[in-house]
Amino acid sequence: MYEKDGRKYYVVDAHTHFWNAAPENRNRYGEGFIACFYDYHRNLSPEEYVWPKEKYDRYSEEDMIHDLFEIGYVDKAIMQPTYLRDFFPGGFNTTEQDAEMAEKHPGKFIVNGSFEPRDGEKGLDDLRALHERYGIQGVKLYTAEWHGSSKGWKLNDYWSYRHLELCEELGIKNIHVHKGPTIWPLNRDAFDVHDVDHAASKFPDLTFIVEHCGLPRLEDFCWIATQEPNVYGGLAVAIPFIHTRPKYFAKIIGELLYWIGEDRITFASDYALWQPKWLVERFVDFQIPEDMQDELGTISHEAKAKILGLNAAKLYGLDVPAELRLPESEEDVAIGSEPVSVA
Amino acid sequence: MTTEPEVLGALAGVRDPELDQHLVELGFVAGLELDGTTVAVRLRLPTFWCAPNFAYLMAVDARTAVEALPGVESVRVFLDDHFTSDEITDAVQRGQRFTEAFPDHADGELDELRTLFRRKAFTARQARLCDALLAAGRTPEDLEAMRVGDLPHDADGERCRELRRDLGLPTAPGSPAFLVGDGAPLTASQLPRFLRYARLVATSLEGNAGLCRGLLRTRYDLSEEEVAV
Repeated sequence: MYEKDGRKYYVVDAHTHFWNAAPENRNRYGEGFIACFYDYHRNLSPEEYVWPKEKYDRYSEEDMIHDLFEIGYVDKAIMQPTYLRDFFPGGFNTTEQDAEMAEKHPGKFIVNGSFEPRDGEKGLDDLRALHERYGIQGVKLYTAEWHGSSKGWKLNDYWSYRHLELCEELGIKNIHVHKGPTIWPLNRDAFDVHDVDHAASKFPDLTFIVEHCGLPRLEDFCWIATQEPNVYGGLAVAIPFIHTRPKYFAKIIGELLYWIGEDRITFASDYALWQPKWLVERFVDFQIPEDMQDELGTISHEAKAKILGLNAAKLYGLDVPAELRLPESEEDVAIGSEPVSVA
Repeated sequence: MTTEPEVLGALAGVRDPELDQHLVELGFVAGLELDGTTVAVRLRLPTFWCAPNFAYLMAVDARTAVEALPGVESVRVFLDDHFTSDEITDAVQRGQRFTEAFPDHADGELDELRTLFRRKAFTARQARLCDALLAAGRTPEDLEAMRVGDLPHDADGERCRELRRDLGLPTAPGSPAFLVGDGAPLTASQLPRFLRYARLVATSLEGNAGLCRGLLRTRYDLSEEEVAV
């Protein structure tokens, strides 16, 4: 819970990791992967939040509990596994590692699973097993993940649909999609989000939370999300710009509020890429600069409360303490205009 | 003898197709070696994982641009620190098509991708031109009446002319200045909705370019002067 100026905010960090990128658990691709993550971390974090690389490779359980819950205002953190076994032989961040941590700290975490459509029938069995063992309510899917000779997949592939059908059947409602950079097919745009459009239309009862709101293809994401009411935008990667480039962040959040509305945006730190403490503090203090308000409007305290936690709480059926709820009101309807054909 | 400024000048004519900015301003030129009629160009990118398709296009375009300089007979382009450095460096050296460079991972060439991003660039540039004109007091009706010949000769105006040519859209001075997706003239009544989306495209491109510059600076420990913000 975060409190500022007499207002209280329930905080759900909808995208967190407990990863192991230590040198003994990575190959050259894994090394490139974590180096790239580290550059994102160094480039977009305030200086006092930048870790040494060794810590970034593998931080401790105590670090994570401290950063999220002791100082980071997080009420509930959603752990999103990212296996990446072709880069990190023991797994970068598996459901099992996450669950072990979650079990030690009851009530703090929601553990999500994942599925691997390229494993076909075995993938379906694995998903059933994950659901049975951990009671997962959501999956994190990384369509750029390598898998043997395959260098990526799409949400509208045959086996993806089979797995999404199983999600529907098991009641795994929240599908977190992390796009790109996808290698297959290499001649197409690596961050293309159009497969989300197909899957979202095909599975109207599932919710598709597109992580980092489709960045760097914000326009394609907004276009799709305007037309598909079950598509949400996750703020991981987008929200740290609040520090380095606040005007750019203003544009992103202003556009998201316009195109998809305040009910379909969720806060996430992407820990340990960034830390929730400064993101929450800055976001609550944030306002769209005056000279941009004509075009982008403003962001209200209610919108911030929804984005910081209430929207995700609704998706995951969390019991929000009464004092942190908003008075019942009409849902906000995005005013995203009808698409107009553009060059 | 070809000089380094001449080579850099040629590379300033090569754009990152995704960002619609040129290689020199983006800081992607890591080094040059000139030896008689031979030129070696080293390129670097913001991350180990930058999309190989755009990297390939930049490397091929860099070779073509430098080869066109008088006095240059042979050009080698090297891509530094990338997961497909070897494939791209070899492909450019051998003059291979993209599907030959990545036979297992590509199911076509890159023309469609290039066109898609030219359209995005064109949309974003038109948004900036329209916004500048509106800010200067022009009305939507004025914009509808404008012709290509009336477009300003600033960076956005010139780039719009180039993109129209590359996209096969009309470039004659008497053609309508602003176009929507199917090439039809943009009308005054369409302008607000067009601009709403076109500005979003511009935001996306500018944001992406900003992130790329930031990551490149962080990755190679460069100063802000070396990679303009």
